[in-house]
Amino acid sequence: MTKPEKFITNGIRIDGRKPEELRPIKIEVGILDRADGSCYIEHGLNKVFAAVYGPREVHPRHMQKPTTAIVRFRYNMASFSVEERKRPGPDRRSTEVSKVSREAVEPVIFTEQFPKSTIDIFVEVLQADAGTRTVGINAASVALADAGIPMRGLVSACAVGKVDGELVLDLMKEEDNYGDADMPLAMTQTGETTLLQMDGNLTPEEFEKAIEMAQEGCKEIYELQKNALIERYKKDIKTEEETMVENKTQEETNDEVKSE
Amino acid sequence: MSEKQRIVIPGDLVSDDEAQRGDGTYVHDGSVYASLYGILNKREKIRVVPLSGKYIPTRRDVVVGFVKEVTFSNWIVDIRSPYDGLLHVSEYPKRIELDEMSAHLKIGEAVLVEVKEVDPMMKIELTMRDRRLRAIRSGRIVEISPSKVPRLIGHGGSMISLIKSKTDCSIVVGQNGRVWINGKACDEALAVEAIDKIERESHIPGLTERLGKFFNMEEKSSETIPTHPELEEEDEDKKNDTDNASESKIEENDVVVGSEEDDDSGGTNIEDDVCDSKEESGEGGNIMDELLE
Repeated sequence: MTKPEKFITNGIRIDGRKPEELRPIKIEVGILDRADGSCYIEHGLNKVFAAVYGPREVHPRHMQKPTTAIVRFRYNMASFSVEERKRPGPDRRSTEVSKVSREAVEPVIFTEQFPKSTIDIFVEVLQADAGTRTVGINAASVALADAGIPMRGLVSACAVGKVDGELVLDLMKEEDNYGDADMPLAMTQTGETTLLQMDGNLTPEEFEKAIEMAQEGCKEIYELQKNALIERYKKDIKTEEETMVENKTQEETNDEVKSE
Repeated sequence: MSEKQRIVIPGDLVSDDEAQRGDGTYVHDGSVYASLYGILNKREKIRVVPLSGKYIPTRRDVVVGFVKEVTFSNWIVDIRSPYDGLLHVSEYPKRIELDEMSAHLKIGEAVLVEVKEVDPMMKIELTMRDRRLRAIRSGRIVEISPSKVPRLIGHGGSMISLIKSKTDCSIVVGQNGRVWINGKACDEALAVEAIDKIERESHIPGLTERLGKFFNMEEKSSETIPTHPELEEEDEDKKNDTDNASESKIEENDVVVGSEEDDDSGGTNIEDDVCDSKEESGEGGNIMDELLE
């Protein structure tokens, strides 16, 4: 991958998006049978799984808290998720991402309802293309809802960056690698920020603007998360209604045959 | 009908009246919001009926557990929740010596127990001191999601009585989603199939109707078979295989407990009692039913 000469030409980015446009997002709910809740998100070229287990017994025992549940978050990148093979296993970066991601989702969970237990969240990045921590948080929050864990609301996350001196929403790989700044933000649906990081430089004015842009992006993602959860059961109901109609028509034909 | 059935996600505003808060909701700034992912049930109280979730014990729940460990004076019982249940020797139906505990209830044995007390630290005390509670030594146990328990019981126990009457089984539904199926001339496989159907389709409207149809089809198919016992059996087996691809999956979870050693006569009464107590404590059955039918 080489640095593109220009990131923005005539207001269009190198992948054809406008500065304030998200990448295409696909969310699927409940795809892992063994987990209590799960979610798979394709966000541009990112492919991320989230699995939630719990509330369940805490192992090792000494980690348990007498009055609340603990939340554990493990962010992991597959060795094949990036261009150069990543050495498998936890490293400094994934430890950091795990910590900030846990802190991004923990405030919305009613942990006090499950003393002495743990809620374990696993995020696996299969393919990375910038902004995996935000995708991981989006997936985790949907998976938590799917697991039936009581929450104040969903958490949505997305990043804003600066390329060619201009603010852009939802950086892709080239923009992330060669851009001037990257600022991921996660917020609850009531607008409280639960994660805010930045590398690179932004002026105070740009920073204000960037936060606004990120919040707009989060709201868009929230709608997608919500739809994914609702559609999952709508789909079941629809297919069942269809088969019922089919059965009915079949029965009718059977009756006709009989009467003949 | 599908208009009435609203799926909500955590954080959805469900009411502006704080007094209407029910299970699965929380209050923020005087308004009521959903805290769970599930189906909204609006009556005098607003509740969210969850679509998934772990079993959290509450007082007076009847549950099916497995003995996990025998300690000095307690049996530790796995009740399929994040918290272990404690069954003290004094809660065993008869007086036994401490050193004879594992002779009465061994590790791995299934028990029908009631939750006696839950303290804020989630210490779960169990009891067997009721005539309907006992060690389970016959029949089989299947597992369903605890959130589907109210559906399986049905409005005023209607669903479970339908299955009982069609299969001649006695069925005990533990609030933790473990179901004990037992009986002498009992069609266990059919009962398991029906329960599995409920688990898979509980959130889809018209369940009772479909289950009725399901049983009718079963009856029809067994009628058409010539009265030749061997043939009939063969056909039943085949049907089970083809009708229900996921059958084998349940079998894995099934636990076949012992043989029919103590199938005592009081069986049916006991089962009915269990169901009654469920309606008092939860009335969860009604809610889903009226919502979905």
